[in-house]
This record gives sequence, structure tokens and C-alpha cells, in this order.
Amino acid sequence: MLARTLMTLMLLFAAVGISGPATAADRFIILQSTTSTENSGLYADLLPRFEADSGIEVRVVAVGTGQALRNAGNGDGDVLIVHARAAEDAFVAAGHGVARHDLMANDFVIVGPASDPAGINGMSDTAAALRKLAQAHAAFVSRGDDSGTHKKEQALWRAAGLEPQADGDWYREAGTGMGATLNIAIGMDAYTLTDRATWISFGNKLDHRVVVEGDAALQNPYGVILVNPETHPGVRARDGQIFIDWLLSPKGQAAISGFRVHGQQLFFPNARRTN
Amino acid sequence: MGDAITEALRLVAFGDAALWEIVSLSLRVSLTAVALACLIGLPLGALLAIARFPGRGVLIVATNALMGLPPVLAGLLVYLLLSRAGPLGPLELLYTPTAMVVAQTVLVTPIVAALSRQVIEDLHQEYDEQLRSMGMRTWGAVMTLLYDARLSLLTVALAGFGRAAAEVGAVMMVGGNINHVTRVMTTTIALETSKGNLAMAVGLGLVLMLIALVVNGAVMGLRSAQAVPRHV
Repeated sequence: MLARTLMTLMLLFAAVGISGPATAADRFIILQSTTSTENSGLYADLLPRFEADSGIEVRVVAVGTGQALRNAGNGDGDVLIVHARAAEDAFVAAGHGVARHDLMANDFVIVGPASDPAGINGMSDTAAALRKLAQAHAAFVSRGDDSGTHKKEQALWRAAGLEPQADGDWYREAGTGMGATLNIAIGMDAYTLTDRATWISFGNKLDHRVVVEGDAALQNPYGVILVNPETHPGVRARDGQIFIDWLLSPKGQAAISGFRVHGQQLFFPNARRTN
Repeated sequence: MGDAITEALRLVAFGDAALWEIVSLSLRVSLTAVALACLIGLPLGALLAIARFPGRGVLIVATNALMGLPPVLAGLLVYLLLSRAGPLGPLELLYTPTAMVVAQTVLVTPIVAALSRQVIEDLHQEYDEQLRSMGMRTWGAVMTLLYDARLSLLTVALAGFGRAAAEVGAVMMVGGNINHVTRVMTTTIALETSKGNLAMAVGLGLVLMLIALVVNGAVMGLRSAQAVPRHV
């Protein structure tokens, strides 16, 4: 009788459920990546080209740089594309990565409401703009999630001689991804730091706009790293290296510079190998 | 909101291939998890209802409390288990639909166990003497009561399905929201929201609600078909 009771439930809940295996590619690698590259649509443009060339499927896990490095540090990933140079070098130095190569770059911008309560619109000196923003106690939303953008923002505040605390006043920590942080900043009429790729492809800008840009301090270089198979034996190092070689090749670099959103180039290839 | 409804209608009407891939993976993962949770949770719930053993009270409180297990915590625990650095790393299950099934099973089993425990306990009080007079031991009673309560237990399974289909924290962490591999309805909604495509996100949410409606409707249909009296 138990069998029949269970059968009733099983038939209902498993008929659809257990049928069909997962899409299983013969060859695939796991790419632990920052969110900007995925959310802007770069991978949707880039990866089919690589897959056509190599027959290797690239499975993208898009998280913040901090989490991507931690996941890869557990061996859960074969290749990393992230943007936090110091943390990347530390990752390789700790034996988790084989080598870090320059892949591409773009830049960060500060976006804010059209009303511009801090009066920083049009500035290109980030440190001065941040000091003005802090003096005005204008609302600022920080990623607060240990991502590459968050690390960059903290470095910019330090360079401005400030160390804002998330004490519930004007400086707020969202603790979430770039897109979610933009949604919060826009909802709160607040300023925030974002990479330009995410901003250009973001669909909910309302009346927010870029207010600070063009400072050399706002450079945003992306690195690519093969997870070290000696430290993490499960790593698909051969196929991971094929992917990295393709990205750094003229073909891969041309694909990166050819990617456009609303007619704008989002990533600028700058391949340079570290051996 | 108007945009969202238009988007939802467009998605359903034009049978977007990407959408159906995501919907079918959502259903496969959540229904498999609920099936597994029923396999474990129903006998466990019935046993907790009927059997008397030391620590039973503690177990009941624990199962009830676990109904509130945060999905993101369940996801984290399963991640630590399946990570290459974890004990089950060599199985290479992380970032696969199987990992998502495991995480959702962890979430749904306490719900099935706790709710079926209550259903069976009420029934047991009613039939206790009868079962005794028939000389039934614990396992016999468990099976009889589970069969007798099968219609109420369908609702229990539905509650479990609701939990599985609605959560995002666990599948995001152990599935990784990989396009064409582990992307399901809830993780797609989170992704579209983070891209600022709010109408698309709400549209997908409406489609998810529609699916929940269809599943619940199907179960109601099954219930009424089963409810036709067939006395011995």
C-alpha cells in the first residue's frame, strides 16, 4: 500500500522530473567570472565563437571577483576572469593560479542623479569629487561585497584621504552585485561607482547619468588566470589553457574589441602574457 | 507593470525557445527534489507521528524548525559538500542540475516530514484502536495511514513544490546560474533584475506563477479523480 501511495506521488512529481539527462557537452570548462563581463553580454557574443573554433563549451559562473577567487581557490573552476589586480596576484602567489595575464580593460565611472546634489557633475579628478561628495553628505551606495569594483572603490576613498563608514548616514553598503547596486542607487537618488560596461548595457537608468569619468585612477584592467592543476587536481587545465590562448590570440582580441552595445565598445583588448 | 504583462504574454505566446529550456529545467529540478523529499519525508513524518521512542520530541521540534531553513544556508552547506575542496568533490557534481536537486531536497524534506507528521498524527488518533485490534505493528500502521492520508499528503507535496520552485538562494549557489546548464526561472529573474531589465524580470515572474497555477490545478484534478469513493 505504501508502494501505491508513493506511486501516486511519484507519477505526478517525477514523470516530468526525472526524464531527460542534463545537457552534457563532451568537453567543457567552468569559467569563474566577474559579473560585468556576463551582464553586459560579452560572453554571449564571445563564447559561441570560441566554442565553434575549439568544440569546448565554456560554462560561466558570474559572481563578484571576491567570490570568484574564493570559488576558484576551492578548485571549483578552471579559468578566472576578474578585475582586482592585487587579489589576482595574491591568488597566483598562493599557488591557486598558474599565471595571470592581461586580457582587456575599460574604466570605472561614478554615476549619480541628474539633480547632482553634491555638485560633482563633469569632474575628472576622482579624489576631489569624492571629497566633495563626502562633505555634502550626498547619498553614496557601495557594493560592500568584496568584489573588484568594491575593492576599487575602497582604494579610491583611501586615495582621497577618506574612510567612510557604513553607519546608516550617507554612505550605504548594498552587499550585492553591480546591477542590484545600480537599482538601489537609482531608487535612492544616490551616487555609486560602476564599471562602464555594466552601466552602458544597464536597462533601468531612469534619470541617472555618468557624473565623473576620465581619471587615470579609474582604469579597470581585467586579468585571466588558469587555476593551478597542481594545487587542484580536478582542474581541466588543458582545455582551460586552450581557452586562455584563444582569448589572448589576435582572433580572441579582435572579438573583444568588436563587441558593441548600443554602438559603443565596452572592452578594450590589451593582451599581455606573464610567463 | 503594463510592460511586464506585455513581456509575459510575448514570452508565452511566442514560445521563446530559451524560456522553455529554462522552464523545463526548473520543473525537472524542483519536481525531482520534491519526489526525493517525499520518499524520505513521508515515511519519516509518519514514523514520527506513530512511533514512541526517546528523543522523538526533540526530532519533531527539529523538523519543524528546519522548515525555516534559509535557502542560502542550504545552498552553502551543499556547496561545501560538493566543492572540489569538499568531501564529495571527486563526484564533480557542483554546478550541475543534480547539485540543485540535492540542495532543494534538503530544503523540502523537512517541510514534507513536518507537515505529514501532523496529518498522520491526527489520523492515527482516530484509527489507533482499530489498527491495534488488527494487530498492526509500527511499519504496517505507517503504510496504512500514509495510504489513507494520500489526498492530504498531496497538498503537503504541493507545499514542498512551492518552496522548491520559489527559492533562488540555494540553486544560485550550487548551480551557478550557468546559461543552458543550470539556469532556472528564479535565477533568470535575479539576473534580469541585475541587468536592469525589470519588465523582463516581472514577465518571467508572471510565467513562473502561471506554472505554479498549472501544477496546482493538475494536482487538484488528480485529487478529485482519486476522491471518488472506492470502499472495500
